[in-house]
Amino acid sequence: MSNIKKAFDHGKAFIPFMTCGDPDLETTIEAVKAAENAGADLIELGIPFSDPTAEGPVIQEANERALRGGVTTDKIFEAVRTMRKDVRLPMVFMTYANVVFSYGAEKFISSCAELGMDGLILPDLPYEERGEFLPVCEKYGIDLVSMVAPTSEDRIKRIASDAKGFLYIVSSLGVTGVRKEIKTDLSGILAMVRQYTDTPAAIGFGISTPEQAKRMAEISDGVIVGSAIVKLFKEHGREAPVYVGEYVEKMKKAVL
Amino acid sequence: MDIKKGRFGEYGGQYIPETLMNAVIELEEAYERYKADSAFVEELNGLFRDYAGRPSLLYYAKKMTEDLGGAKIYLKREDLNHTGAHKINNVLGQALLAKKMGKKRLIAETGAGQHGVATATAAALLGLECVVFMGKEDTERQALNVYKMKLLGAEVIPVTTGTGTLKDAVSAAMREWTSRIEDTHYCLGSVMGPHPFPTIVRDFQAVIGKEIKSQLMEKEGCLPYAVIACVGGGSNAIGTFYDFIGDEEVKLIGCEAAGKGIDGFETAATINTGKVGIFHGMKSYFCQDEYGQIAPVYSISAGLDYPGIGPEHAYLSDIGRAEYVPVTDIEAVEAFEYLSRTEGIIPAIESAHALSYAMKTAPTLDKDKILVVTLSGRGDKDCAAIARFRGEPQLLHGGGSDVANTTAIEEPQLLYESGSDAANTTAIEEPQLLHGSGSDVANTTAIEGR
Repeated sequence: MSNIKKAFDHGKAFIPFMTCGDPDLETTIEAVKAAENAGADLIELGIPFSDPTAEGPVIQEANERALRGGVTTDKIFEAVRTMRKDVRLPMVFMTYANVVFSYGAEKFISSCAELGMDGLILPDLPYEERGEFLPVCEKYGIDLVSMVAPTSEDRIKRIASDAKGFLYIVSSLGVTGVRKEIKTDLSGILAMVRQYTDTPAAIGFGISTPEQAKRMAEISDGVIVGSAIVKLFKEHGREAPVYVGEYVEKMKKAVL
Repeated sequence: MDIKKGRFGEYGGQYIPETLMNAVIELEEAYERYKADSAFVEELNGLFRDYAGRPSLLYYAKKMTEDLGGAKIYLKREDLNHTGAHKINNVLGQALLAKKMGKKRLIAETGAGQHGVATATAAALLGLECVVFMGKEDTERQALNVYKMKLLGAEVIPVTTGTGTLKDAVSAAMREWTSRIEDTHYCLGSVMGPHPFPTIVRDFQAVIGKEIKSQLMEKEGCLPYAVIACVGGGSNAIGTFYDFIGDEEVKLIGCEAAGKGIDGFETAATINTGKVGIFHGMKSYFCQDEYGQIAPVYSISAGLDYPGIGPEHAYLSDIGRAEYVPVTDIEAVEAFEYLSRTEGIIPAIESAHALSYAMKTAPTLDKDKILVVTLSGRGDKDCAAIARFRGEPQLLHGGGSDVANTTAIEEPQLLYESGSDAANTTAIEEPQLLHGSGSDVANTTAIEGR
């Protein structure tokens, strides 16, 4: 078992997502530190991909900015090594299957373990295909995090029963991005999930305001925010870490 | 061939977001049910016959054969199908299936626009809504097809993310599908994407090879030496190959778009320059960098300008059953011009890649050998781009020519008033094809706006 469980030891968890290398890796490192100091419980680090099919425009653009800036998987690993000198929080990578596959599953996942990463989220790796990387993840103690979607229905039993680290509950249909309201019957989904597992379940996709975060935290174990944070990097560039810290503090208060 | 469900060797699979999983499972179940349903099969065959104009002709290209002085060349005339390409075979099948599944709306990606036009056509025929995602660069390269889709009642959404070409259109369609699954079927246009698409599309396109076999048997009483087709995602190629896979003596040759050559980066020849990866729902070969970032591929042909290839082709290549050869832009353009002059048939620039390889090979073979080339589509849509490639002044510069002046006078708003880049660019480059198309692009919501 990885350190991910610890993220849920301090009340409801707040999990910020950021795209590595947007606008540069120094900023990513500072932003992660700022998020930790502001009370984040777990950090989701995005390794950019050229064609992120599960992302809305905000994170797509962050990926493009980061890749244009010359970020690579190896440079991100080096940045995490630097980060780990200060950062104690559990951390997971979020990227796409091809980034792991092309690097070599064994090489990528063993590097994750060596760097002190705790888990891996791959939105284009559904339950049926997790055999692609699961044995290697288990070998190195990296949690391969599964997702549950509003359309999962009868699949929830299998996915929840085999959950590793935490379960990522997708709040809505569609791609990542800020939403005005979330209409899915999440209480119903969470109730089903809890029939099959004690693994913590955090809700992501579309959450941006403290009010939304509070409501989502009431029915789950934590809240994941991506696009609203990535927007701060677009607006403030290298000054973003300060704003990320402020935002995380506000959101952590809301979910507690 | 399916060793494991949805796999061709190690290739294929279902690498898609969880949100889509039940949709592809539902699709697979429906397909399995209806393909065994004789009423469905009869209805589809009726559409093939009475609406699409099947069987398509197998034409002996006598002048071409005599001119090249080697193997006998037959052309499988998919260009004569309704809507002018092989795409209609798959689309009629999927649209009918979607209708049986109770879907009200079709979405599709398109490169050259042929699949988009075919989808818009089937949607019109079967009373379904239709939205087509098309790379912005392609809406400019293929303005006439944008107009046709609009005319057929479809909404065309120019995709500006990434390279603004086919791969980005696929990504945009997949994103749209995750946001609206209940009433929407994603009518994927090639033998790619997650299972069951590579199998479904292959099965609907397999009619091409079946017809070739029986038509050639009737005309020549034998099997061909080789069947040759162009490959982007690979639907007309797999349709051509599939019935011959068991006939070991028949060579299966797929012609990839080499663009400016396979030694550089401006190419779309996936098998020749790519490596194994996972993208757009499947494991297959992809053009990509050392970190797995998908490469911005290039070809003169919008329909072949895709960084991946269908998983069954990846498998056929690995086991040595099919061979995939690169054909450059210039070779394809020469074949495009050659067939027009020699046989009076203007082929799609995609299909011209396959023709080019046949032109190279035929003279090296004995006269008793037979080559069948699938002409996957007609070339009307490509005339402006090829003229531009050849630098023909009257099509290139809007200002000086009669055509451009007439267009400008008749529809000045398309040339001068539109605010959109697409309309302006198209207006300058392709005045004779402009009627309506530029403004469609301008008026349609850009993908980021949604």
